[in-house]
Amino acid sequence: MTQGVAMTQGMAMTNDNIITTDVVIVGAGPCGLFAVFELGLLDIKAHLVDILPKVGGQCAELYPEKPIYDIPGFPIVTGQGLVDNLVEQIKPFGPTFHLNQMIEALEPIGTADAPRFRVTTDAGTVFETKTVIVAAGGGSFQPKKPPIPGIDAYEGNSVFYAVRKMEAFRGRDILIVGGGDSALDWTLNLQPIARRVTLMHRRDDFRAAPHSVEQMRALVASGQMDMKLGQVTGLKGEGSALQAAICRDNAGETFEIACDTLLPFFGLTMKLGPIADWGLNLNENLIPADTEKFETSTPGIFAIGDINTYPGKLKLILSGFHEAALAAQKVHRYVYPDKRLTFQYTTSSTSLQKKLGVA
Amino acid sequence: MHVRVTDREGEQRELEALEGWRLMEIIRDWGLPIKAECGGACACATCHVYVAADWVDKLHPPREEELERLDEAFDVRPNSRLACQILFSPELDGLTVVLAPELD
Repeated sequence: MTQGVAMTQGMAMTNDNIITTDVVIVGAGPCGLFAVFELGLLDIKAHLVDILPKVGGQCAELYPEKPIYDIPGFPIVTGQGLVDNLVEQIKPFGPTFHLNQMIEALEPIGTADAPRFRVTTDAGTVFETKTVIVAAGGGSFQPKKPPIPGIDAYEGNSVFYAVRKMEAFRGRDILIVGGGDSALDWTLNLQPIARRVTLMHRRDDFRAAPHSVEQMRALVASGQMDMKLGQVTGLKGEGSALQAAICRDNAGETFEIACDTLLPFFGLTMKLGPIADWGLNLNENLIPADTEKFETSTPGIFAIGDINTYPGKLKLILSGFHEAALAAQKVHRYVYPDKRLTFQYTTSSTSLQKKLGVA
Repeated sequence: MHVRVTDREGEQRELEALEGWRLMEIIRDWGLPIKAECGGACACATCHVYVAADWVDKLHPPREEELERLDEAFDVRPNSRLACQILFSPELDGLTVVLAPELD
């Protein structure tokens, strides 16, 4: 844990441990992180929730090593470099991160003039907050589901996109599909307890850690598991009980693999997720916001960054930074309704510099 | 310059193409359903297309990075490409592709 930054990793909490706060930020990508800074200057502390196990959103997940050229003041910066700098910049404000969690429910419990919300994550963390800033980018990162006909019927019993409890797979005939770290890691972890594990990938090159690939190949060589080249095209079974996967090899020949469990690991994709159920107006999976304070149709809930829409919206990181600054001004009015807000510059304000720990 | 794109319903559209644009950007800007969620960083495989047989050899071969990303696509075939890795040039006038199925 870095100094000034607290983290919880999907820790379950009971309702006796409700976290009372002024703002919950949904999403720890660049816009969510910079919102911490703008709120911090106004004496508002933030809790951030993110479904990923690390901060940085798309920048850290999708393009950590890619150069970004349009961040003011950085002629070039990588996705991860930008995230690292933002984390450093917000340290003085001591945000609390709740990672590996997705907000499942948001219930208004206040009024339009004095909004208040009860926010619950899928890990059982409960917040009571005056405001919510949605900075969820393209939505929540969730596992990609392959468009195999009829796959839905098997989900939850025979088809899983993540492994929650390894013990649930003891004695099973498992087909794992994919060539990345998730596929290889679960192949190696489940092989000792499964009846049989087969790993299928479309080519004989793997992008997982070389050590994992070596271990997998050694298990195949000693006959303790199978590795097949090909792709799954269909499923056979009864009800939700899978019996076999229909596959196609690279020459176009069809074959079957008997299995009662399929674990497809095709990476992550972004989905709006439970945000769609929060009662906000939506426009094609985007949240309309006004351009004065970036508030949504629900007073007290704000939307900044790629998740929002308004006339002239540009999906740029710098747009999200601007939106964070304006949203923070209105959040201040909800959090400190009796306090006058005087705009100050960090270059000249001793008060702001004290908050930043530089005066 | 034009590119011919068949969507997932089988309808073919002829789209005006601009030199220097990525095929993904052309398809997306004409409003066809291509997710392209990483915006062209070759990081998500959500701009997967099948290139018509007579065009496959006219494109530069995929780099390792593109092949790795294709591992995250579904129903990958020998003519599979990521549209974000095809930079449009006059030599590609008439390029014909089909949108691949999208992972849910």
